Order: sequence, then C-alpha cells, then structure tokens
Amino acid sequence: MSIRVLFFASLADITGIQEATLDAAEFSDIDSILSRFASEHPELRARRSTILFALNSEFARPESKVKDGDEIAFFPPVSGG
Amino acid sequence: MFQIVREPIEVAALRDSLVGPEDGAIVIFEGTVRNQSHGRRVRYLEYSAYEAMAKRKLEEIGNQARDQFAIHRIGIIHRLGRLEIGECSVVIAVTSAHRAAAFQACQFAIDAIKQGVPIWKKEVFEDGEIWIEGEA
Repeated sequence: MSIRVLFFASLADITGIQEATLDAAEFSDIDSILSRFASEHPELRARRSTILFALNSEFARPESKVKDGDEIAFFPPVSGG
Repeated sequence: MFQIVREPIEVAALRDSLVGPEDGAIVIFEGTVRNQSHGRRVRYLEYSAYEAMAKRKLEEIGNQARDQFAIHRIGIIHRLGRLEIGECSVVIAVTSAHRAAAFQACQFAIDAIKQGVPIWKKEVFEDGEIWIEGEA
C-alpha cells in the first residue's frame, strides 16, 4: 500500500529528495501529499503557486485523488528545448 | 522515433530513418547551447528530466503534429546531462510532401516541448548556477 513520490530540478534541490515512498492509506489527494512535504520544507509552500503536478506521468491537479500504486511527481515550470 | 538520450544526438541518423521517396521536404530543427544568458557567460548546461513522462509527452506531440499538419513522419530526440557550448540539446525532424506543413509542424513541436515536456535546464556560470524555470 504505497505511493511513490518524485521531485525534480529545483524542487529536488530544495527538499533534498528525489524519490520517496509514502503509505497510501494516509493520503487522499495530491494536495495532501504536498502539504506533508511542505510542513518539513517551508520553501515548497512559498513556491506552491508555481509547482506542477503529475499523476502516473500525466499532468494532474492538486485535488486529483491518489491511490495505492500511484506515482506522483512535483516539479517546477519546464525549460527544455 | 521519440527518444531521451544522454549521448550526442545523431542528427543524420534521425533524418535517414524518417525520409522516404514520397517526401518533397524535410525540415530539421536543432536547439543548441548558447554561450550567454541575459548577459552572463554560460560555461555549460545541465539538462534533467522526468524521463518516463517526457518520452510520453514527446510521442504525444508527434501524434498531435501528424493530426494537425499534412506531414508524413516526425521524430524528436532530446538530450540530457552536461552539454557544452554549441552542442545540440534537441532535434526535431519532419518530412512532408510540401515544405509548408513540415515548417509548421516543426515550429509547433518545439513550442510544445518548451511548454509541456518535463525537462529542465540548469545554466552553469563561472560564479554560480541557476535552474531555468518556464519558457526561455
């Protein structure tokens, strides 16, 4: 019963986390997962409005529901090319 | 062909894999590493990505380009890791019967990459480094 959480680019630097595993039973949506990390890393809260979310490799929203086996990603606006 | 790679991109190989006898045009866009950013001298760039999602998004952009423009084939390769000045970070190749569609699809694809593919670049200067966030 776990959820895989990924951080990329500046968000990985801020949190010091690239990958984490959470107990799926404790979280209902993406926002609840972000809040869990923001409580330990206040800078995430400051950047809240710019953070993008993905659920199983597709763009998602803070209110998107999460379940066992999901992969959630948090990242800043993209800059490839 | 939609790939995320860590080695130098083989542009000619991509071209050869796409072009066919029914094509009248092939348009190739290469993004390259520039030596300055907002007046600061860039030493090199570091690209990173959410690779699984980035590859999916490149394929999606390819499908959209084929739906929207009268093209035959499209291929996109983006490179990750440390890239030196002048090196190629991304290549888009599009084939079509007539040139206009290939030009348009190529422009569409690079714009879409810059807006919605989870890849990030870090600019490394003599005296520091910064993540670029958002379309440059």
